[in-house]
Amino acid sequence: MKTYLITTLLGFAAVLLSPLASAQKTTAEGIAEYRAMLADGNPAELFEAKGEVLWKQARGPKNATLEKCDLGKGAGVVKGAFVELPRFFADTQRVQDLESRLLTCMEVQQGFNAADIAKTRFGEGEQKNMESLVAYISAESKDMKFNLPQTHAQEKLMYEVGKKVFYLRGGPMDFSCASCHSEDNKRVRLQDLPNLTKQPSASVGFGSWPAYRVSGGELWSMQRRLNDCYRQQRFPFPGYASDATIALGVYMGVNAKSGVSTAPALKR
Amino acid sequence: MKTNHTKTIALACALTATSLLAGCTMAPTSAQVDEATRQVLKSSFREQGIAKLDRLQLDASNQACSDSEGNTLDDKLGKAIEAENLKTVKFPADGKLLGNWAEGEKIAQNGRGLTWTDSAAAANGGSCYNCHQISKAEVSYGSIGPSLYNYAKLRGVSDPAAVASKPIVDYTWGKLWNSKAYNACSGMPRFGHANILTVEQIKDVMALLLDPKSPVNQ
Repeated sequence: MKTYLITTLLGFAAVLLSPLASAQKTTAEGIAEYRAMLADGNPAELFEAKGEVLWKQARGPKNATLEKCDLGKGAGVVKGAFVELPRFFADTQRVQDLESRLLTCMEVQQGFNAADIAKTRFGEGEQKNMESLVAYISAESKDMKFNLPQTHAQEKLMYEVGKKVFYLRGGPMDFSCASCHSEDNKRVRLQDLPNLTKQPSASVGFGSWPAYRVSGGELWSMQRRLNDCYRQQRFPFPGYASDATIALGVYMGVNAKSGVSTAPALKR
Repeated sequence: MKTNHTKTIALACALTATSLLAGCTMAPTSAQVDEATRQVLKSSFREQGIAKLDRLQLDASNQACSDSEGNTLDDKLGKAIEAENLKTVKFPADGKLLGNWAEGEKIAQNGRGLTWTDSAAAANGGSCYNCHQISKAEVSYGSIGPSLYNYAKLRGVSDPAAVASKPIVDYTWGKLWNSKAYNACSGMPRFGHANILTVEQIKDVMALLLDPKSPVNQ
């Protein structure tokens, strides 16, 4: 029943969001209207449900579940974990975001090869499962406030590195993350750009990924969002779950402190 | 690579304080941040398609504007960067600065080129509408840069060939060729200097902005 409802509403949404229908509206107005129409029918729910199954399912060479995975709040604790990531993990001696942490758990507990998954294209193989896992885990922290820890030296260092990476201008067009995301109320074409350097806009941007994208009918993780930002920035390719992307996560997440997480959100 | 990064941080902590505990609650120094950033960039990016790793090698302008983290540059440094960039501006050999505004509109609309999914053979777009309002007819425009609607009209240019128009026409060419010649940390790409657009394409964009017949000046 719910699936049927989602499919129907999705058809509506596609019409609503077509460029002609929304050209005279701001993107924010269009999106808000369309979120209201969908009410609790975000197609991301399908990914959440699949993610919960994947979390509890014995898989991989070791035929184990992820239920002993420590996302930062203790083994198996999912609720509230998302709004405190990225953070430092003692076992890996690294600051990790949700996806790099999942790679660790999938390797250590289930016996998958993390490097192979990191090399897999978005939307294929285990990367497809990753979409559902991040949807499930982020949904368990929906409406909670961002509160990334900044006590460990590596967490502080990664915030500062993230800030450097955010302002790094390079490539043939001299673009940085800051080119689009350091001022209020800016747009690229009709697309609103969140200012990721401060509240309240930092949590509006950072706090809405992972998100279901109607344009491609896919669930995009934060790693995928950052990857496509870098493509459009004309930079070289950032490795999946690489330290530059994790540092950016710390920078954006700390800037989003006390803002509410709406992930997995709904996007154009 | 990740091991290197961890080592750098551990070393940074050990160097800053006598006890690891105390050291690891202190804020990192700027030297530690710079070194860690260097390692992080080195371990994180790889080349893909036409997007090679040399894109992370910053020239003096990009280095200074990255380091300033969005703040205004020191006046002397800003002026020096602008002077260096001004030296790179090349005017066309035939002395003709304006091409075809209709072609210029197509270039302004086109946001393609230079990403790792683009081919080197295809002509790049100017991505102008991503950031600027230009003609009145296009309602899907960005707001990162100022509006360019009525660009020539507002600057009193009714005949781009007139001697009186020369300062504005030359400035516009220079701005398109290398925006950093006039504003050290301008957010605009250096279309000529960085070989994003060809001389002929820049002439067409010039016409879009300056030709009295262009929709921009209606």
